[in-house]
Amino acid sequence: MSTKVEKDQVSGTDTTGHEWDGIKELNTPLPSWWVYVFWITVIWSVGYWVVYPSWPTANDYLKGMFGTTNRTELHETMASVAAERAPYMERLAALDVSEIANDSELLNFSMAGGKAVFADNCAPCHGTGGSGNPGFPSLQDDAWLWGGTLDAINQTLHVGVRWDANEDTRFNDMPAFGRDELLERDQIEDVVQYVLSFTDRATDAAAADRGAVVFEENCASCHGDDAKGIQDLGAPNLTDAIWLYGGSKETITETVMNSRRGVMPAWEGRLDEETIKMLTVYVHSLGGGQ
Amino acid sequence: MSQGSMAQAASPSVAVNYNMDVVRWAALATVFWGVVGFLVGDVIAWQLAFPVLNFDTEFLNFGRLRPLHTSAVIFAFGGNALLATSFYVVQRTCRAPLYGGRALPAFVFWGYQLFIVMAAIGYVTGVTQGREYAEPEWFVDIWITIVWVCYLAMFVGTLLKRTEPHIYVANWFYLAFIVTIAMLHLGNNLAIPVSFMGTKSYSMFSGVQDALTQWWYGHNAVGFFLTAGFLGMMYYFIPKRAERPVYSYRLSIIHFWALIFLYIWAGPHHLHYTALPDWAQTLGMTFSIMLWMPSWGGMINGLMTLSGAWDKLRTDPVLRFMVAAVGFYGMSTFEGPVMSIKAVNGLSHYTDWTIGHVHSGALGWVAFVSFGAIYFLIPVLWHRERLYSMRLVAHHFWLGTIGIVLYITSMWVSGIMQGLMWRAYDDLGFLQYSFIETVEAMHPYYIIRATGGLLFLLGSLLMVWNIYKTIKGDLRNEAPIGTPAPVAAE
Repeated sequence: MSTKVEKDQVSGTDTTGHEWDGIKELNTPLPSWWVYVFWITVIWSVGYWVVYPSWPTANDYLKGMFGTTNRTELHETMASVAAERAPYMERLAALDVSEIANDSELLNFSMAGGKAVFADNCAPCHGTGGSGNPGFPSLQDDAWLWGGTLDAINQTLHVGVRWDANEDTRFNDMPAFGRDELLERDQIEDVVQYVLSFTDRATDAAAADRGAVVFEENCASCHGDDAKGIQDLGAPNLTDAIWLYGGSKETITETVMNSRRGVMPAWEGRLDEETIKMLTVYVHSLGGGQ
Repeated sequence: MSQGSMAQAASPSVAVNYNMDVVRWAALATVFWGVVGFLVGDVIAWQLAFPVLNFDTEFLNFGRLRPLHTSAVIFAFGGNALLATSFYVVQRTCRAPLYGGRALPAFVFWGYQLFIVMAAIGYVTGVTQGREYAEPEWFVDIWITIVWVCYLAMFVGTLLKRTEPHIYVANWFYLAFIVTIAMLHLGNNLAIPVSFMGTKSYSMFSGVQDALTQWWYGHNAVGFFLTAGFLGMMYYFIPKRAERPVYSYRLSIIHFWALIFLYIWAGPHHLHYTALPDWAQTLGMTFSIMLWMPSWGGMINGLMTLSGAWDKLRTDPVLRFMVAAVGFYGMSTFEGPVMSIKAVNGLSHYTDWTIGHVHSGALGWVAFVSFGAIYFLIPVLWHRERLYSMRLVAHHFWLGTIGIVLYITSMWVSGIMQGLMWRAYDDLGFLQYSFIETVEAMHPYYIIRATGGLLFLLGSLLMVWNIYKTIKGDLRNEAPIGTPAPVAAE
């Protein structure tokens, strides 16, 4: 053993007498504060084991004096929230959506609740505050595909749009005029010029004139002779410069070629009736409610 | 003192035929993989700030690059730093060449690089078992097991062949790291391959048992790979560079065993408020709290070893790297127990706070102590008088430090804000913010974080240049740090 204890000049502490590649070690005792704090954490932990669920036993585990668990805490919290909301929820259940506005306190509650539910469930597609995204309509304007009254909004929320699992779902089916070869290429170009002419953007007046005929024969049955849309069919107004998928010549051509089939889930069964009512009131208030 | 000890005391003059080739390779691999890992990390940081940078291709999207980043920095950069320093330290402190001749250490090194490449290819092509920090599929797991067993044999063999009477503390930590990682790897990767010709496998555990196995592994990967292994590094390079004895031998023993015993229990704190039984959550949390002082034992020993040598920090940026690393180590090993407390975890969990915490450990502790060790080793391994430029090291230090500070402070703000927004209720008891609003609120902090990462990356590029010039044999003509610049009229 090459043990050679020396006294370190700086600290005045002895070394252990060992050396590895020139490295020596001092024989400094453990810092007392370190030992104390370590024991405090140990004692605290033992105390925690006494009051909260801790060590497993053969078939069970120590429950702890407080008897609380994540699960009981969650249930208690949820129950207290439900209790606070109960008076509102009971009134919501009893009233028709059109009657909520008469009760200003309940309206206030519905707006707050609807906003939270909207943020969690609707905003990913319709945007924060319902400002819309390409393919997902804005809920802030007065252009409604399926109706903007409280009842119509409530119905759409219940049944969704093109939601196969719901048999009452809002449904329509614009033909894919190009892909399914219902119209010739030049007929499509003509009708697109005609559609552009509603918002004074036609670049070829002659084509637009020819397109009027194509429109009358193929489109007017759903979009109306005046192209202002038919809400019962969910067919949008083409004259208002509000576009679900975009109003450029290219995008309109693509729509006529391939059709569009946006989908919205049916919320019936996913959200309870009271929550759908709150959501209805909130969506109706966003700017375009009728 | 016996005659025998006299003879041994004289033996340092006997030249040992150290195997330094493999140390050189691993040192270079450390630098190479480090830059790769930091680069990918910064790319994904910018992706989070600007999603368009995902470029709409599955090969470059965040989901695939993120495990590439974590594995590159932990296993490729950190792993090679541990290989390089453990190869070096175990030989020097045992006064014995690596066990297994030339072949075994070379196999360990190249086998490990093959593991890294196989894992990386898996990540970008979507071959993964989806376990954090253990993404490689079963065939890669088997390969790394073989390599790791060889590493263990090589390390233990070298310890057994030592000509020093005692085993130095650094080697205890390296050995704990090697043994425990083997155990964790085997436990967490128990999986049944779908077929021997295919890449897919399924875990033998399911549900919460699977989650607990994963976090028993995941947390102890931090504990034994990124803590114990790098403490081994610290225990050699700090006293060596400071030229001071280790502060307390007794503390090193006590904190070593306390750390080893307590760390292995702490994993369940990753699963607070989940389906994990309450009793397991309690144990995970309390063992994390008890782990505070054992972790700090390493910090005390690292910092107090500088007693009598603090002035060297003014003139030696290499030592500065190592000491700052110990500071970050102390900070993150305090933050960790705090975050394991269930009430705190309820706020911090799933937020960017966790990311900031990990990076104060990863950038501040793991990377900085590795940089210090690499800067120490390069001139020694290539027999150079000194590094090409100490001033470049100082620039690297400050770029890295500012980068880390930007990173962790922005993630504290972003993470705590995120957690508070998630739990904000209005006076009627409804959630106040939608998820997307929290994402929008975090955007500026994501940019600050990515900028911090960029500085850290730039610092590492200075290191590459400095090391290249050092190995080439160049010496930059510069005034030593801490002395006034030479004045012409003097």
